Amino acid sequence: MSKRTVIPFGPQHPVLPEPVHLDLVIEDEKVVEAIPSIGYIHRGLEKLVEKREFTEMVYVIERVCGICSFGHGWGYCKSVEGNMGIEVPERGEFLRTIWHELSRIHSHLLWLGLLADGFGFESLFMHSWRIRETVLDILERTTGGRVIFSVCKVGGVRKDVSNEELKGIADILEGIKKEFTTLSKVFLDDYSVKNRLVGVGVLSTAEAAELCAVGPMARASGVPLDIRLDGHGAYGRLDFEPVVETDGDCYARCKVRIREVYQSIDIIARLVATMPDGEIAVAVKGSPSGEFVARMEQPRGEAYYYSVGNGSKFLERMRVRTPTNMNIPAMVKTLQGCELADVPMLILTIDPCISCTER
Amino acid sequence: MAEGKHLIQKIVPVAVGDILNAVQDLKGDGYRLGQMCASKVKDEFQILYSFDKDYELMNLKAVVGEGAELPSITGIYWPAFIYENEIRDLFGFKFKNLALDYGGHFFKTAIPTPWNPQAAKEGGEDE
Repeated sequence: MSKRTVIPFGPQHPVLPEPVHLDLVIEDEKVVEAIPSIGYIHRGLEKLVEKREFTEMVYVIERVCGICSFGHGWGYCKSVEGNMGIEVPERGEFLRTIWHELSRIHSHLLWLGLLADGFGFESLFMHSWRIRETVLDILERTTGGRVIFSVCKVGGVRKDVSNEELKGIADILEGIKKEFTTLSKVFLDDYSVKNRLVGVGVLSTAEAAELCAVGPMARASGVPLDIRLDGHGAYGRLDFEPVVETDGDCYARCKVRIREVYQSIDIIARLVATMPDGEIAVAVKGSPSGEFVARMEQPRGEAYYYSVGNGSKFLERMRVRTPTNMNIPAMVKTLQGCELADVPMLILTIDPCISCTER
Repeated sequence: MAEGKHLIQKIVPVAVGDILNAVQDLKGDGYRLGQMCASKVKDEFQILYSFDKDYELMNLKAVVGEGAELPSITGIYWPAFIYENEIRDLFGFKFKNLALDYGGHFFKTAIPTPWNPQAAKEGGEDE
């Protein structure tokens, strides 16, 4: 029988983008158990509701994450708007949906770059981030910010984008599609890339359901879960199916994210073509006094935003549950039985965001 | 497309003693665990369990007394260990039969159980 050894992995490691620690119990080169530890960057952001008015709290919630910050801001606003019975004008909802889908594209491109960097394909990493840069430029031009936009507010959005500019954005994205197709062919067809991803870290459909996995992690294992289908924002006006793969390995998770970039470009084009005119926000009167659970489909999966009001300007409770929180158990499961050398790839393919998880 | 489902809010009160049965029933009905959290609303502590099926939310809410020990649902939904350890670290509630217990060391906070400092004084939480 082989000797068991415990290898501490993280929170600082050259191929680990996030501060998570794992105690890897290994036999020879195989991982037999992985015990995760987080807690290095808990910032107590939820507790700031005691010191920030509900209209200001959106800035705090946006800072839960530096990648999917817009979605967090929108999720928070959605929860407070549900709490107060506020109906956001249609144009405001369309703009929110467009910015959210742009965030998904840049997040997936960022992830693809990190993945390429993880397996040592530097030029692929740079090309992924070069394309992402174009999306960040669109965000900067329309919101003023590249990562944290602060364009979402309770009641709607702060900035309008002209219909001409929106058409221009749809054209730019159409151009990106061509470049992205060249890039995605390398991710999906290159021998050395496939060698690192195919058959690695398999999570079956039953396991994904049992472990309550969310986002691309669940969809790559054949679970068709996509919270955009609950009809919030402008998604209720669109007809689309979640991107699902069934192999459940690292390659399938990569494929889901690549296909979702195309899907997001398509969604934006359809929204631009049917963009309604009118107001972008409504005035907010009073303060929240009830409770409301809102959900978003962030680039990494389903996120929860639970607000409890007490009739004052300060919320009693604001809870954010991020997708990585729910994917840690699935990650632990996929690590069991994998080769030690595949651990970084496996962790990367859940696209972890520990900053989100700890808040 | 399940239009309008995001507006449906079902929040069902549940007694602490009935949590396990209620959660077991939901699992039997095909619900997926979405999240768990504790809240301090006025002077009362509440635990909210959120479940999802076909994009419809179902929430169970239990009102708990200070320092109460709660039944762990990790025997039914193993991933709940993430939430139960978080609640223990931030609110000081302990869970009976927790499948993966970090013993109060899941999150590292400057002060123990920041949402409920009283629990740290009474329970003598480890630093």
